[in-house]
Amino acid sequence: MIHYSWFILFIPLISCLTIVLLTRKYKDLSSYISIAGVAIPFILTLKPFFALLGSHGHFEPIESTLVWIDVPGLTVKMGTLIDPLSILMLMVVTGVGTLIHMFARGYMHGEEGFSRFFACLSLFIFSMLGIVLSTNYLQIFIFWELVGVASYLLIGYYYEKESAAEASVKAFMTNKVGDFGFILGILVLYYTVGSFNFYEIQDILATNGATYATGTLTIAALLIFAGAMGKSAQVPLHVWLPDAMEGPTPVSALIHAATMVVAGVYLVARTYPLLVLAPAAMETVAYVGGITAIFAATIALAQNDIKRILAFSTLSQIGYMIMAMGVVNLATAEVYTGYSASMFHVTTHAFFKALLFLGSGSVIHAVHSQDIWDMGGLKKYMPITYWTFFIGYLALAGLPPFAGFWSKDLILGAAHENGFHILFYLGTIAAFLTPFYMSRLWFVAFTGPKRTDHHAHESPLIMTFPLMVLAVLAVISGVIGEFGIPGVYHGFSSFIHYGSDPHGPLHLDIMIQSTIIAALGLFLGWWVYGRKQITESEDPMKRWLSGFYKVLENKYYFDELYFWFIRNVYNRISAFCNWCEVNLVIGFGVNGIAYLTRQSGAVLRLSQTGKVQSYAFIFVLGVTSIVFLSVF
Amino acid sequence: MKFPLLSAIMFLPLIGALIISVLPRGNRMGVRWVSVITTGISLVLSIYMTIAYDTSAGADQYQFVEQIPWVETLGVQYHLGVDGISVSMVLLTSFVIFTGCLVSWVSIKERDKEFFFFLLVLVFGVHGVFMSLDLLFFYLYYELAVIPMYPLLGIWGSANREYATMKLMIYLTFGSLIALVALLAMYFFAGEVNGSLTFDMTVLANTPYTAEFQKFFFPFMLFGFAALIPMMPFHSWSPAGHAAAPTAVSMLHAGVLMKLGAYAVIRICLDMFPAGAQVWMPVVAFLCVLNMVFGGLVAMNRKDFKFMIGYSSSSHMGYVLLGLACVNVVGINGAVLVMFAHGIMTALAFSLIGFIYDRAHTRMIYDFSGLAKHIPFVGVCFCIMAFASAGLPGFANFVGELMVFIAAFQIYPVATVAAVFGVIITATYMLRSIRDAFFGTPDPRWAGLEDAHTFLHRAPYVILITILLVVGFYPFPLLEIINTGVEPLVDKLNNAAELMRTAQLSR
Repeated sequence: MIHYSWFILFIPLISCLTIVLLTRKYKDLSSYISIAGVAIPFILTLKPFFALLGSHGHFEPIESTLVWIDVPGLTVKMGTLIDPLSILMLMVVTGVGTLIHMFARGYMHGEEGFSRFFACLSLFIFSMLGIVLSTNYLQIFIFWELVGVASYLLIGYYYEKESAAEASVKAFMTNKVGDFGFILGILVLYYTVGSFNFYEIQDILATNGATYATGTLTIAALLIFAGAMGKSAQVPLHVWLPDAMEGPTPVSALIHAATMVVAGVYLVARTYPLLVLAPAAMETVAYVGGITAIFAATIALAQNDIKRILAFSTLSQIGYMIMAMGVVNLATAEVYTGYSASMFHVTTHAFFKALLFLGSGSVIHAVHSQDIWDMGGLKKYMPITYWTFFIGYLALAGLPPFAGFWSKDLILGAAHENGFHILFYLGTIAAFLTPFYMSRLWFVAFTGPKRTDHHAHESPLIMTFPLMVLAVLAVISGVIGEFGIPGVYHGFSSFIHYGSDPHGPLHLDIMIQSTIIAALGLFLGWWVYGRKQITESEDPMKRWLSGFYKVLENKYYFDELYFWFIRNVYNRISAFCNWCEVNLVIGFGVNGIAYLTRQSGAVLRLSQTGKVQSYAFIFVLGVTSIVFLSVF
Repeated sequence: MKFPLLSAIMFLPLIGALIISVLPRGNRMGVRWVSVITTGISLVLSIYMTIAYDTSAGADQYQFVEQIPWVETLGVQYHLGVDGISVSMVLLTSFVIFTGCLVSWVSIKERDKEFFFFLLVLVFGVHGVFMSLDLLFFYLYYELAVIPMYPLLGIWGSANREYATMKLMIYLTFGSLIALVALLAMYFFAGEVNGSLTFDMTVLANTPYTAEFQKFFFPFMLFGFAALIPMMPFHSWSPAGHAAAPTAVSMLHAGVLMKLGAYAVIRICLDMFPAGAQVWMPVVAFLCVLNMVFGGLVAMNRKDFKFMIGYSSSSHMGYVLLGLACVNVVGINGAVLVMFAHGIMTALAFSLIGFIYDRAHTRMIYDFSGLAKHIPFVGVCFCIMAFASAGLPGFANFVGELMVFIAAFQIYPVATVAAVFGVIITATYMLRSIRDAFFGTPDPRWAGLEDAHTFLHRAPYVILITILLVVGFYPFPLLEIINTGVEPLVDKLNNAAELMRTAQLSR
């Protein structure tokens, strides 16, 4: 009997293949097949999900595997793993995925590559579910790369556009750099611990983790984390994510906001048994996340493209999640509240960020521009988009009682109680910047009179329905997660937690403080951008930040730095190698030998003249010299 | 008498060649049908052989054996047999030649009779190498597989073909001559030890050569055969040859001929001289880094599609060498799997480039832009090929490379890091070439370019891609077969290492 989880994994792949091989020409049918390919896994996931809710925190992991490689010395199994963490991710990926698929059907209407789009989307869902259901590091690596392909194909969806073609390569290559570390990390871990399997590694490390050298474990953990940094776009491997917005907006919502980019967080969660034995690596995780959170939030202040603002906000929020994973004080008290908080934020963020991206898609669909300074006055023309976006905006801003508030609060609380004061303040500053730049987006793009002569109109129901569902989730998911539903379950952290301490205390002081900070950010945003309508050239940020604004606008010149490196180092090494090949190996070596052979042939040929006289001469010469030598 | 399966697979192309040689000139269709049918039946039989091959624990090492005495005084026999390694190689060869014939159906326009004749003779030789268990025949087939390259390149080639043809012949003949020295030494040494001269490879492989003898003659064999892989720095014939060769020949050349060298290293060097292997294979581990990194970087700088793939091929053969250098089960299994996967992948690559070149008459990457718009089917296939080449999971190449990495990491960590970096280099030039040639603004110059519409056009690509995906998703069955050949080999290598260690201790 095949375990039902295999169906969850393979149904999207079947959708993808069906579209590619059979229904390519029938666009509507293709989109329905693709939607079914994510909706059916969602329905199937409900079964373990309710089992989990009813389990009161005692859910036994279920593994179902198949031998994939079996030679003496190496056995690799592929399979599916159903445990609380994977169930949560399954729910998020398939749930949000279904809504975004529906939205995409409306959004992509009339596109030439409609079927291709949905085939790629199904491929993505397959690979993403593969990551989530992985039982071991090799499997997760395999699907890790596959989501990279799906992402590459979807970023490059408008392949005729040079910028999209460029962005797709950039995304793929940046991820490859992260994966370079990832695979090496897996190898180091394998040769240290002797297994690829998550639970086996957890058991081995739990029983005799102390016998391994901390240095080796730290190297393994850091290398694996490099993979997470690539996929989750953490500084300095973040450069691809803003450019990835070249893809169609549903793609940005699904892949580059809600699901794929949080795979890094998921990987860190899976690597936790290793990380807790490698304090230096754990601390690196925390600081990389914290730095990304503040770094991206500042850049978002100076962007004008609605999707790029949201992209940087995504970066910043993922930074929060990664930071939350790392804020564990391993030296003193082992309190893992950050783990639960991080996964909680993954969930709420998936809802409200998908909502924001889809909302922006709805606007772009209507206005045909991505520049916030081209929009304005949307309330009258697209009320559903307007109000749902408003909810998403408040949720991201971290205002109670919306979803973002609760999870963000837990993260800051975790940082605080574990004594990561610098990170706590960095996070708090980011928590102030977020409502501020979101207010800028909101007041410029949505409120006030029209800025240009656009003909905005409300999107069809297939697009607004997902918005409404997500808006509801963005309102309630935080409260439900925090407090649970009486009689059903005891809140999020009762089933997603690491170690034995499931529920951290509520930090009332931090709650009050972050509410004030969020409100302050919102107010200031209104005061600058909402009080009266201003044009782009009047943006007061430019005045206040003067030269620094330019730096932010150019994203701290990371792209320039990398391009310089690629042009002047990577490409030049390649050119140098080619020079060596052409001139030294072939020119000097190979052709040189050929030349020598030819020349010596030309010289030696002289001895074979065919004239009897010259042979006789040499003969006489030889005899004379022999006689001469023997006599004397 | 049992049906001589191996002889059938091997001789069918030769029979095809003979029929073609008596067909009247101008019978274009006849030539094509004969080639496709004979290689097609040969392919079907190869698939049957793969399925019928017994992987159970007690099975013989060599199966489907055919043994007929030939020149008894010299110990020459007609002796065929396959183990797990050769099975995969025979299967690879059959697939590549069948798709190669399909591609040539349309792409060869002049002197097609002679072309198909030489092509089929070449394949006869290749099959012979993979199946032969008699050293003399092995060597003859090895040469026979190379000789038809001369006319094939010289007559139907392009770009600088005289130079490339000459270079290829000199390299390969020289390489096999060096190997011949060691082979003869081995033949006489074994004759002395066993009391009678024999070319039987199963006997030769079980002869106890002294460690000193092995150490001295191993490099002759290694470098002699490795020129065909091509191991750097003996590689420069290969990209030039690729670039000059017509499509089907490039496919065979990169897909199969290069594997002959690696196969010979396994079958002769490792199997006969295990002690020599223990001493010399670390040198290979060093040289293969040159292949992977240097070769990759050169490929990155090349603007000609064929040269790019040519250097890419020698770069990928570096993974094979690294796997072999591990001299353990996982590494050699991985190496053989890379050989198989790379053979299919690179055949796909050259068939696609040939398709474009036949129509556009240029292979320069910068001449193209937005090709995916005009030839979407070929574009998709090219993307798939690029992903397979860049070691993406889901394709057979990934599985092989992964096994090589896993095996090599413990023994040669630095080389492994270089190898993993090699994957990044591959991804760089593959994705760049896609971006430059297939993505971007469509160039109206290529608006009239015809896509692969017909069944005949598409079939080769679909076949090759399907194999890559099937093996990539579920490598277990193929690995099970390969492993039956690898295990006895590694036992031998381990024994040799053990003997050397005890010898060292006692001294």
